[in-house]
Amino acid sequence: MNFDPRYSGRNFSSVGTRPIRPDGIDKVTGRARYGADFNMAGQLVGRILRSPHAHAVIKSIDTSKAEKLAGVKAVITAKDLPDLTDGDAAMYDILDNSMARKKALYDGHAVAAVAAIDARTARQALKLIEVEYEVLPHVTDVDEAAQHHAPLINDQVFTEGLEEKPAKPSNVTKRTQFGHGDVHKGFAQADFVIERSFKTEQTHQGYIEPHACVASVNPDGTADLWVCTQGHFVYRQHCAQLLGLEASKLRVTSSEIGGGFGGKTHVWAEPVALALSRKAGRPVKLVMTRDEVFRASGPTSATSIDVKIGANKDGTITAAEATLRYSCGPYPGSWAEIGAMTAFACYKLENVKTVGYEVLVNRPKTAAYRAPSAPMAAFAVESVVDELAKELGMDAVEFRIKNAAQEGTRSSYGPVYGPIGIGPTLEAVKSHPHMKAPLKANQGRGMACGFWFNFGGQTCTDLNIGMDGTVSLAVGTVDVGGSRASLSLVAAEELGIDYSQVKAIVADTSSLGYNDMTDGSRGTFSSSMATISAAGNAIKILRERAAQTWDIPVEDVVWEKGHAIAKGEKYGNLAPLSLKDIAAASGKTGGPIAGHSELVADGAGVSFATHICDVEVDPETGSTRVIRYTVVQDAGKAVHPTYVEGQYQGGAAQGIGWALNEEYIYGKDGRLQNPGFLDYRIPVCSDLPMIDTQILEIPNPNHPYGVRGVGETSIVPPLAAIANAVSNAVGVRMTHIPMSPPRILAALDAEREG
Amino acid sequence: MVEVTLWGSLSAVAGGKAKHDIEAKDIRELFRKLAEQYPGIEPWIDRGIAVAIDGTIYRDTWSKELPPGAEIFLLPRLAGG
Repeated sequence: MNFDPRYSGRNFSSVGTRPIRPDGIDKVTGRARYGADFNMAGQLVGRILRSPHAHAVIKSIDTSKAEKLAGVKAVITAKDLPDLTDGDAAMYDILDNSMARKKALYDGHAVAAVAAIDARTARQALKLIEVEYEVLPHVTDVDEAAQHHAPLINDQVFTEGLEEKPAKPSNVTKRTQFGHGDVHKGFAQADFVIERSFKTEQTHQGYIEPHACVASVNPDGTADLWVCTQGHFVYRQHCAQLLGLEASKLRVTSSEIGGGFGGKTHVWAEPVALALSRKAGRPVKLVMTRDEVFRASGPTSATSIDVKIGANKDGTITAAEATLRYSCGPYPGSWAEIGAMTAFACYKLENVKTVGYEVLVNRPKTAAYRAPSAPMAAFAVESVVDELAKELGMDAVEFRIKNAAQEGTRSSYGPVYGPIGIGPTLEAVKSHPHMKAPLKANQGRGMACGFWFNFGGQTCTDLNIGMDGTVSLAVGTVDVGGSRASLSLVAAEELGIDYSQVKAIVADTSSLGYNDMTDGSRGTFSSSMATISAAGNAIKILRERAAQTWDIPVEDVVWEKGHAIAKGEKYGNLAPLSLKDIAAASGKTGGPIAGHSELVADGAGVSFATHICDVEVDPETGSTRVIRYTVVQDAGKAVHPTYVEGQYQGGAAQGIGWALNEEYIYGKDGRLQNPGFLDYRIPVCSDLPMIDTQILEIPNPNHPYGVRGVGETSIVPPLAAIANAVSNAVGVRMTHIPMSPPRILAALDAEREG
Repeated sequence: MVEVTLWGSLSAVAGGKAKHDIEAKDIRELFRKLAEQYPGIEPWIDRGIAVAIDGTIYRDTWSKELPPGAEIFLLPRLAGG
């Protein structure tokens, strides 16, 4: 990688402005094509049969009646998706999740699928498939599943991370530990110690657009997949491996995406659609219903967390400890591990220890959800931090400022921090007018901090200059939050041209080199690096073409403000050549002009946020309304501030829903009781106040502009900030998310009854 | 020679030691030598290990040099949303 990613401290012309997004008109006029908007001639309708049982052995599947139904073109089971994973355990789990092989592991687990000429026929065919189950005992609660007597979900799983391999299998798949110092010594030094246990229920990302795709497999082994995804290159890899296709022969095109938030980072029904198409010999369109999205895509973990923090009278935290149990669904994951890493990341701690336990349950396979695992850990930790500040008689913000991590602090997860923004976000909150606004009866204010790592990854970009001097920018990171606009700004900045001269698209997998998916807040961070690099390569060619035109050495040509300029008094009479001039002549100076870049964008900057929240709680009904909300977050550099603010607001909005209402509710039969937006209530506009934002810019030293990721951190503090606000409003410490009306009333009743 | 610190779970498969002195010029050589010394680490490397060099986390740049005296910390390679 011949690219210097170091922060340069330059001034900007385009970056930092707020132009209209290139995909805006299509989206507001309804022209934008989402996953379900694509159609092919002769396409069939795919539908999936799902287990009604939380845990059952599949004894037999008889598809003969379905196959005979007129209009049915293909019926598949796990036999049509043979195991080609070659010992790759994570891929095997994705395969088994796509289509159950021996056991149905949760209510909604796919067991068979059909492709038919229309939806009605497909639904009829599903009813004709006969599945014989042997129903097994199930467990859906994370704490119950961790008990040694709980029904065993996978008898091949032995807890990893213990000093000695355990003799018996367990639903606890892994133990992880982080920290430094001696917490026992630290707690012995403390004047005050608070210890509490917390629970958070499972939530779904709640993306508006269900999973949708059209798959078309040809007899010659080539295939196309049009799909709603956060990473079409990753989907290509997964599908090629699971279907035994050559990656280069599978072309995956990503649609516009109606939300993903981590839930569209690996395949779910796409291998099924491809297998149906392969068997039927025709294209197959498969769109999940909302019921299927809830039951059979990937929500976040349910958690159970114990936190203990001790402090001196002067407000210095002497020790902090947390034990975190996260549900993974029926397949191993590393969700508690992330919670254990992020839990205390905001603080400067001499003695800290976190232990995470990954727990299998009979629920859908857990997937990433925006800063995965961090919000739950922050809820537990920031609740205790708030309570400890009260115990000490200190202001909650001052207590946090006193203990905040800073440059040079050893993080709770290990490494020493470089320049970071937790202190500045806290100082901004301290002086924010929101903190001084008066509150009325039944109202409470809370604040909390949050941390997220941010990632980079493999990235590839093409920048092509047209004969008219306009620029096409082809990127491989799916645009989930306005990145086409921000990357167009970056190209315009580098080339010294107007934003309107750049058109960015997301290229398909056959048109561009491999890109990791858009996750870890990496879209703008990574693709901006690749765009800067690609523009630099294009500028090199532009200078060469100008030098050729003028017949002077290229070393004497510089690129400034969109023009090639001959430097030196001897060239005083040479008028600068614009990008448009050079592009127009390109056919006679060597052909098309383009810049390409392939790189690994590493060194993403960690990010911190502090949120303030005011709520009003109705003591009769337990209903909570958020009446004011403020987000303060470090962006490193806001390339397009409007979309940075949008990310801040979106994270807060999702966090408000998670904190107050959203939860997966399972019956005793292990079946999901609320798989729809009527009973699983995400916030709508009328539930939310205007969410105020304040962007701080503490540059990331590992990006030329100082960019850090911004997409995820904003969902980390809300659970805690709202819990602190509700606790302050009702005078009872809330320890169970969501703080739904029944839960608040129960807490108030318990307090009254002593 | 660089001093490398492993996170808790990884140190369990590296002789129970959190800190290791390794002669390695870059991340690739570091992984190779760790795997030679502790074969139990190899599956962890396959699954993904991130390397923090003076606080900056590198997940994929195995050619990244390890400056003498730098703080090297191994971490799980995490998922994002």
